[in-house]
Amino acid sequence: MPWLSILMGVSVLGALGVAFIKDDRLAKQATLVVSLVVLALTVAMAVQFSPNGDRFQFAETYDWIPAFGVHYAVAVDGVALVLILLSAVLVPIVVLASWHEAEAGKRSVRTYFALLLVLEAMMIGVFAATDVFLFYVFFEAMLIPMYFMIGSYGGAQRSYAAVKFLLYSLFGGLLMLVAVIALYTVAGKNSFLFTDLLGAIKDPTTQKWLFLGFFIAFAIKAPLWPFHTWLPDAAAQAPAGAAVLLVGVLDKVGTYGMLRFCLELFPEASKWATPVVIALAVIGIVYGAIVAIGQTDIKRLIAYTSISHFGFIAMGVFAMTTNAASGATLYMVNHGFSTGALFLIAGFLIYRRGSQFIDDYGGVQKVAPILAGTFLVAGLSSLSLPGLSPFVSEFLVLTGTFQRYAVPAVIAATGVILAAVYILWMYQRTMNGPTAEAVQGMKDLNHRERWVLIPLIALIIGLGFFPKPMLDVINPAVKETLTNVSVTDPAPAIAKEGQ
Amino acid sequence: MTTHYLVLSALLFAIGGIGVLVRRNAIVVFMCVELMLNACNLAFVTFARQHGNIEGQVIAFFVMIVAAAEVVVGLAIIVTIFRTRRSASVDDASLLKY
Amino acid sequence: MEPAEIISHTGGVIGAGWLLIALPLLGAAVLLLGGRRTDKWGHFLGVALAVASFVVAVLAFVQLLGFAPGERRRGVALYEFIPGVANMGLLIDPLSISFALLITGVGSLIHIYSIGYMSHDTDRRRFFGYLNLFVAAMLLLVLADNYVALFIGWEGVGLASYLLIGFWQYKPSAATAAKKAFVVNRVGDFGLLIAIFIMFSTFGSVAFADVFPKAGGASAGTLTAIGLLLLLGACGKSAQLPLQSWLLDAMEGPTPVSALIHAATMVTAGVYLVVRSGAAFFPADSTASLVVTIVGVATLLAGAIIGTAKDDIKKALAGSTMSQIGYMMLAAGLGVAGYAFAIAHLITHGFFKANLFLGAGSVMHGMNDEVDMRKYGGLRSLMPITFVTFLIGYLAIIGFPLLSGYFTKDGIIETAMEHSAILGWLAVIGAGITGFYMSRLVFMTFFGERRWAADAHPHESPSVMTWPLIVLSIGSIGLGGYLILSNRLMVFLGPAVGQPEELPAFHFFSPVGLATLALVALGAAYAWLKYGRAEVPAVAPRGSFLTTFARRDLYGDALNEALFMRPGQWLTRLAVFFDNRGIDGVVNGLAAGIGGTSGRLRRIQTGYVRSYALSIFIGAAVLAGAWFVVGTL
Repeated sequence: MPWLSILMGVSVLGALGVAFIKDDRLAKQATLVVSLVVLALTVAMAVQFSPNGDRFQFAETYDWIPAFGVHYAVAVDGVALVLILLSAVLVPIVVLASWHEAEAGKRSVRTYFALLLVLEAMMIGVFAATDVFLFYVFFEAMLIPMYFMIGSYGGAQRSYAAVKFLLYSLFGGLLMLVAVIALYTVAGKNSFLFTDLLGAIKDPTTQKWLFLGFFIAFAIKAPLWPFHTWLPDAAAQAPAGAAVLLVGVLDKVGTYGMLRFCLELFPEASKWATPVVIALAVIGIVYGAIVAIGQTDIKRLIAYTSISHFGFIAMGVFAMTTNAASGATLYMVNHGFSTGALFLIAGFLIYRRGSQFIDDYGGVQKVAPILAGTFLVAGLSSLSLPGLSPFVSEFLVLTGTFQRYAVPAVIAATGVILAAVYILWMYQRTMNGPTAEAVQGMKDLNHRERWVLIPLIALIIGLGFFPKPMLDVINPAVKETLTNVSVTDPAPAIAKEGQ
Repeated sequence: MTTHYLVLSALLFAIGGIGVLVRRNAIVVFMCVELMLNACNLAFVTFARQHGNIEGQVIAFFVMIVAAAEVVVGLAIIVTIFRTRRSASVDDASLLKY
Repeated sequence: MEPAEIISHTGGVIGAGWLLIALPLLGAAVLLLGGRRTDKWGHFLGVALAVASFVVAVLAFVQLLGFAPGERRRGVALYEFIPGVANMGLLIDPLSISFALLITGVGSLIHIYSIGYMSHDTDRRRFFGYLNLFVAAMLLLVLADNYVALFIGWEGVGLASYLLIGFWQYKPSAATAAKKAFVVNRVGDFGLLIAIFIMFSTFGSVAFADVFPKAGGASAGTLTAIGLLLLLGACGKSAQLPLQSWLLDAMEGPTPVSALIHAATMVTAGVYLVVRSGAAFFPADSTASLVVTIVGVATLLAGAIIGTAKDDIKKALAGSTMSQIGYMMLAAGLGVAGYAFAIAHLITHGFFKANLFLGAGSVMHGMNDEVDMRKYGGLRSLMPITFVTFLIGYLAIIGFPLLSGYFTKDGIIETAMEHSAILGWLAVIGAGITGFYMSRLVFMTFFGERRWAADAHPHESPSVMTWPLIVLSIGSIGLGGYLILSNRLMVFLGPAVGQPEELPAFHFFSPVGLATLALVALGAAYAWLKYGRAEVPAVAPRGSFLTTFARRDLYGDALNEALFMRPGQWLTRLAVFFDNRGIDGVVNGLAAGIGGTSGRLRRIQTGYVRSYALSIFIGAAVLAGAWFVVGTL
């Protein structure tokens, strides 16, 4: 069965349908149903995935532009599968959370929900594409719905944020386009298929230039320090639901691209660039955390924590050990859940009070204990408390990095301390202390909002204690990637007793 | 033998060009454009004669047709502008800027 | 004698050891997720599950005793946690079962006590939920068979501590104290985390069963690094110098929390970590173990000095906790000879310090939550049970002959003396200060004039609070002697932590013991002169430089503020400024530059047809000229 095409088809058709439903309420319900159907189909697909089978499964390949060897080629390996699962899980949650999101302005409500479904199709496509050109098309096309979601439905400075987001991404995207075309030409295989291009570039200098084209695009997307300043603006201005998808999924395309394309297509160049990338990642981890501590706006603060977390992911990808790369992949998923929950709860909070500024809150726990409790759980997951899912990934990334690069791993681990400061200080200022006057009478989470958070928190706790199902899917794919890069894990110094 | 025709064509073209650049009345500018087109036509016909083939003459016909179409559209625009703004000066029609 | 091998085990109560953790965890889940529906019976559920966990611990203990001493380290595999890195499993051996019994036993008593203590609090159910969560996390910490699972418990107790210190979160001081505790603990956790990384990259595993046997093969530098990093973790959790500052603030939490978490169990986790890893990473006479003893002695003195100057009864007791854990650390740093004494003191301290804290809570309960001892006085006749039990706890902690503390603390001092005279004498001095500050506390609270606030009506606490006190005071009397005499605990722990070739003999009234007793008596007598016989002023006198030094917690907070907080704030501000003006400034500057240029360029579009015509003309001329020039070349 062409699972991946069905997934995208259902989303796109759903989007078309929703766009023509006049009644807003009905349009929302239809969106929810469509996204749940996609989720069900994705789960059905994931169940049939055999982790130790072929690397790419559910493959479909059709000619698209035969003259240039462009294919409509989609397939998933373990890494892509978990990211598609992440997208499919987050979309219905975001739909439910955004129930009243688009109503405040004069913009069309049904368009917002149709855009969400279009975005879902793009997200699935970008992770599933196994043709480099097709990947590029999805990579850029993804921007369009997100641009409109920020630019039309965002906060006061939405146009600034939307244009900044678009220009940054386009700049990177065009560099990548140049590299994609050069890759096609230099490889001379008359094909854009990923499998055809593997190992096609032998010359180290060419590899380096092409690597840079891809890497800068991904570093902007991820975002890696110092390409990060668009994210706080975009995330702070975007509606909470769009911010979740932006930080939770869209940005993961950057780190996913590093793992899949940079590493595998340009192994030598990747090794050449590793010191710089790890340095940037470590700077990003510490810097993002320190700047997060100093933020006064809740959503900007969460955005900066994400910059810190993306540093961990990039470090894990480029440490090139199985543990680090698996950890980085798992991190992408877990970060989607934890930051998603954090953004959504912040959204609920802001919706009630009408302000994003931390100083406008205080003592919320007294009036809205469930909201405060869920916020704390989400915050604790963001600071990687053991027992919650982000800990497993952060631990794997750090352990794996330490195996090869001890000093960066130790510096990065200070992020653990800083994370406690930024999360708990924000929590203290918003939720603890005497109840601020403006917060008096704030309503606790209603049933809809609770159902938004229940699956997220259940996943965060569940994967915190049982990460094995995810890691079993990720590990073989990651091992294959590292084999293609021809690196092996450093062996422990003392493997046997009494050595 | 054909040099005089070419010189005449160049003179007509220059007169037309200067007219377009310096005159403000839209009708006059328009006529100057026509003058330039016809200067070209003269050059085309002269070259046809010089090379002994008919390609230049064929192109002259094309130019005439284009000029005729241009007159129809251009005059219509000028008349419309004149009706609404009571002026045939090209400088008054400078709203489409920056 | 080296520690015995770990034998994998299934079946029986030990095989179902996960119940120990699962039962209180279930309680926490029900109470925290159940919401207000569980308000009515929540505290009973909390108590029932803690007691059930204690019953499981006792049964497991009994089953463990059924094995030969050399076979008492049972590893129970649970499930594959992180493939290739760590599996979830329990190690039930004499050391962990001792802790499990202490945690569930004292924990259950404190649960029961809290029913009464928290009876007026509308959030009592939430309190029990957190307490259950703590018990579960603490049991995971001590029962885990690898460092990653231990770390989960380690941070889990940190979370529970955070939640419970900040239980009255509407008080800004409580919220700040909670955050401080968590952040300082994270500094320690950072050390533990790095230690785990080194272990994994050196030994390829984090399981005790793999790491300990292989440790001998690692280089001395690696072992020292792991040891010191583990010690950093231990310092954070156990409030040892230099990470001690959070414990005094942690007294913002409800008193049962101070008793359970910040006296009897959680703060001793650092000692557990050192003892558990001792054979592998803190071998006798290594640098790491030397640092452990130094940290221990420094903290035992610092805590005692802080204890002398506090008027807040809970803070005085917190200083005392620091000090007593310092003794345990000192013992844990002495190698195989000290482990049994460290654990014995840990267990008896668990009893008498819980006893003292709960007694203090009982006093506060009767005095409208007043904590200032200058407003107490003469309470002995109004709170007879609290007074008697408190007195027993007091006598136990100062090492009154034949009570628990006498045996365990004396054991530590004697062992330290054999190791190094300096350490030993410093420990003796610490005991003398203990005699002073604890006597001061007792005299100010229960003796002397009544200096109560006008609206205070002291009364004895209800029996649900006094019964736990009575049980704990029985432990404070007899447990020390039972554990130490004929080396019962040392022999029992031998298979888990090793034991010296020659078992020490306990001497009643050895010279060192007599010297200690004399110093303690001197301290108590001085306290009597200053606080028993003399009048206690209602406002603390200014005191000498030394008093201020002690009152200000030896300037620990001031030091942290000057070294970390203020530079941190500056760094944060600088980073935010740099981000907005520096990085984003470049981006926005670039955008503004392009925007400005295009703003100027568009002026060319004047709207005049003739200027367009001119530009076309010039363009044509330039092209023609260029063509001409190129053509002639």
